[in-house]
Order: sequence, then C-alpha cells, then structure tokens
Amino acid sequence: MAATFTGRPILAGNCQGEALVSHGGLNTLASYQKAVILHSKKAVCSDQNNPDLYKQNMTDKIICLPQTIGSTTGGLVMMTICSQGSQPKALLFSDHIDSLAAAGVILSDIWLEKRIIVIDQLGDEFLEAVKTGQKVSIFEDGKVTVG
Amino acid sequence: MTINTLKLTPEEQSILDGEKGEVLAKAMKSIVLYGEAFGAKKLVEIVGNQHFVTSFGANTIKPYFEMMDELLAAGLKPKEPFTVDPRPMEYDAVNVDPLQKLVNKLVFGKQADYEKQLKELGIKSDRGYTCACYLDEVGNTPKKGAMLAWSESSAVVFANSVLGARTNRNSAGIDVLCAILGKAPCFGFLTDEGRKADWKIELKTSKLPNAQLLGSAIGLKVMEEVPYITGLDQYLGKELTDEAQFYLKDMGAATASNGAVGLYHVENLTPEAKESGDKLLKKDFQTYVIDDAELQRVFDSYPVLWKDLNAVPKRIFIGCPHLSREQLHQWIERISLALSERGLARCKVQVVLSTAPDIAVLFREDRVRVDHLKAMNVTVTSICPLMYMNNPLCSKEPIATNSNKLRTYSTARFFMDDDIIEIMCTGSVPQGGK
Repeated sequence: MAATFTGRPILAGNCQGEALVSHGGLNTLASYQKAVILHSKKAVCSDQNNPDLYKQNMTDKIICLPQTIGSTTGGLVMMTICSQGSQPKALLFSDHIDSLAAAGVILSDIWLEKRIIVIDQLGDEFLEAVKTGQKVSIFEDGKVTVG
Repeated sequence: MTINTLKLTPEEQSILDGEKGEVLAKAMKSIVLYGEAFGAKKLVEIVGNQHFVTSFGANTIKPYFEMMDELLAAGLKPKEPFTVDPRPMEYDAVNVDPLQKLVNKLVFGKQADYEKQLKELGIKSDRGYTCACYLDEVGNTPKKGAMLAWSESSAVVFANSVLGARTNRNSAGIDVLCAILGKAPCFGFLTDEGRKADWKIELKTSKLPNAQLLGSAIGLKVMEEVPYITGLDQYLGKELTDEAQFYLKDMGAATASNGAVGLYHVENLTPEAKESGDKLLKKDFQTYVIDDAELQRVFDSYPVLWKDLNAVPKRIFIGCPHLSREQLHQWIERISLALSERGLARCKVQVVLSTAPDIAVLFREDRVRVDHLKAMNVTVTSICPLMYMNNPLCSKEPIATNSNKLRTYSTARFFMDDDIIEIMCTGSVPQGGK
C-alpha cells in the first residue's frame, strides 16, 4: 500500500520515477565529481564516503536524502549536471533544504531554464519509509507517494 | 514571481521588476528565491571584499562561464575587489608528465579565459588566488560582525567562527550574484538565532588532537549544525594566538568538508564564545564526547582508495587549506630536522607545500632557500591540491596527504603528521595509514 507524505515545494512539479535513497548527507561535489569531469550522460556516484549511493547511477532518479553536504562548489556542480543532462528527476529532502542544494537548483531553473523538482521537509519518517528502487510519485502541491 | 516572506525595498523591487535590466533582474530573482527557501525576511547590505570558490576554468562548467558572460556583457560587477580559490596548476612548482599535462589542458582548458573574466569582474590582483584569503599577507580579513556572502567552505567557517564575521555557506554562483547586488538574504548565520549551537562537543582526549582528525569527527557527527566545543581551550589557551588560529583553520576545514559545518564556537576562545559562553547553546542541544578511542574509531573508518596499499607514494600534499607563512616555516624546519636526524639530504617522495601566492612569492624571492628546498625534494606552490587530483591520470597516483579535506574529495590517502614525515624519509607507508 502506498504511503503519502507532504512537504514544501521549492521547485514544484509532477513526476514519477525510481527512488534512490541516501540516509546520510549527499556530498554533491564528491558524488558528481567524476561525472562532471568526464562529462558523462550517466552520473555514477563517486562518493566513497556514501555507502548508500557509491557507484549507483543517479541520473533520472528521484533522490531521497536528508540534505546535501560538502564543498561550496556544490551548486555549481548541480548546475553543470543539469546542463549536461545527467541530473536527477527530483530531489526529495526529509529535512530543510541546505544552502548549496538550494543555490544549485535555483540557478539551474533561472539561468539554464532546467528544472529539477524539489520538495523539502518531508520528515524523518519519509526517509525511513522509502527504499531504493521503489516507485515514487510527486505532485505539484508537495505531496509524495511511495510504493 | 510570488514572494511569500521576503520584504523588498522599493529599489530592490524595481530591480526584480526589470527596471535596471533583464540580467540584473535574473540576479535579483535568484537571490530572492534563495532567501525565500530559508524564510529570509529581508536582504542585507554586504560589506568589503567578497571571496568566491570558483577559480578553475574546467571545460565542463560551461553554464557558469555563460552566466559570467551574461553578467559582464550587461556591465555588472561587484563594488569591491574580491579573492577566489587557488589555481588548478603551476607547472614550475609541480611538474607533471606530458600526458598528464595534456589531460590538464583538456580538463582545465578554459583557465585563461576564466582568469580574463575574473580580471574583468574585478579580482583583487593576480595573487588573489587562495582558499585562505583571510591570512594577513593576503589581506581579505573581514571584521567581526561584517555581513558577507562568501563561498569556499573552509573560508566561510573561518570567517564565521574565528573572525566573528557573518556569512552563510553560499554556493558558487550565488556568491557572485550577491557581490554584484551588494546584498544577501538575511537568514542562517547572518542572524543571532542562526549562530546558536545545536551540539555540545566535550573534548576529553589525553593531548591536543590532530586538528584535521578532530574536525573530521565533529563534521561527520554534526553535519551542517553548529557545534560548541569545550575542552579545546585547555590546549590552545584562551587567546586567539597565531598558533591557535592556524589550528582552527585546519580543524574548521575538516568540519566543513567531512560534514557541512559553517560555524563553530570554541569555549573561552572564539569571539562569540568568549562573549556569551554556554548561552550560545540551544535549549535542546545534543552532546558528543570525543576521547582518544573515538578519534581512533573515526580514523579507522576512512576508506583507502589506493589500488596497492603498499605503493610508494608519488607525492605528498601538505596545505589544503593553504598553509600560513608560519605553518610553511614550521613544515620546512620539521622536514629539515627529520632528514638531518636520519643523515639524509633529500626526501624520498616529493613534498608539495601549498600556500597563498602572496606568501609563496616571499619564499621565492630568497634564492638560497629555494635551492635548499629543491635539494630536499620539497616544492612550494599555490595550487589547489584537489584540482591536481581532478586530473583523472593524477587521481590514479598514490598520493599521500595530511589533509582531511583532500582525502574526502579525492583518492589521496590520509596520514597523521608523524607518518607523513616517516613517508618522506623512507619512501614507504607505515602500517595503519588511512
């Protein structure tokens, strides 16, 4: 049975996709470094410190995470993966969005006109419920269904 | 656009409405949306020289260069000069083989073009390329309480914690837009409430811990939250001496890269902790005790990404973040002494000491010292070691470092300072390095 959660849409939209779950903070630079350098269409996570995501394909996934962490190049990295077409479909934050992720998705939306759907504050229970590989549906009003 | 929380002045609103051009309106829209995401109620004026994280002309970050082109074409630039992070390469100091050089040109092929953009935008000088812009020799040292919109995680955490200035952990791109507008959305570390501590860190080690390891332990535990550290003043004292500041520089860089710490307080030492003490702790703070065993646990948890764990290191990088002048002196003395004690003239592995260009130039003026360093197989540079590791060929090399930031973002292997000295002198890695 599908579980429903409600968060705050930062960049609203409707979509469906496959969940990729990071229980720890997603280090944007460390995760996308290799994909950006190699200009890969498929972004495979290169963050050795993230056992949930390391070596997983992140492109077109709905990434479920608490927050992003790491270097302040994070927003620029996010912009770059959007421009090379290897971005996730959506970012679903259990916590409040952080400043680096917010910058990256907003700059992409305004300067590249490429949108990653973003909802934050979905709560810890969301991150406990959602599993990698599950089907996730996202709605414009901030509702998210899992399973 | 609909604005929910942020109250703009009439002038700010007119910029947003496009009365001062389409590009400036996009810049304003970006920082307004950014502020809205954090419930900012207003924009505040930022002061002085800003610092930007993007210093590298990587071919892949085309959308960023295009944004810069749009800004420059519209005649937009910051009111004050600024500094940026280190350059990616300096072949005179850190030589690479022809193939690596070729790959560098492919990876950082836009370096010259980007440096031209930075000059046009108003970089402080040709020496304004360092992550430690706040060092005296560089001079981008904000005053306590100054409102900023900096990026570069290690500079942000130093400015907030040690200098008592106020900046959020801004991303590349947002930093430039705020500098151009002269404004930043008021939220997070710009507010009194945002500077309160979520965590009490109780340091109960038997001696002063390695700064990079302590910072890593704190960062991995608290992530983006604010720690209030007790027990460190017993080792560092109650005054922000140069030595204490340089320790905090390295510790802070590790908190920011291993986690996402943008501000920490050290009881009896950092400016706000001296003023307000444990009143900085939020009511519902959590506690994390760090003792010798906990530091060992953190050290043991680091993955090692060298293919051959017993490989002879190709290079040793020291200076991420950039070394201060005093730290550079201390390392050179320490290396000289270690070689002399072992009856050696030369390190068996090249040692790369990275520091700000304004400091490196002082060393290079002294030819005798330069020759002495060369004889010891030690080089002084101003590159970003992380950028060196971004070259896919260089990342395959077994690189040793004492930087926990470099470890986090690359395949470099982390060693404690004593082990780094041992590697220099023996050319082999001791057991237990990470």
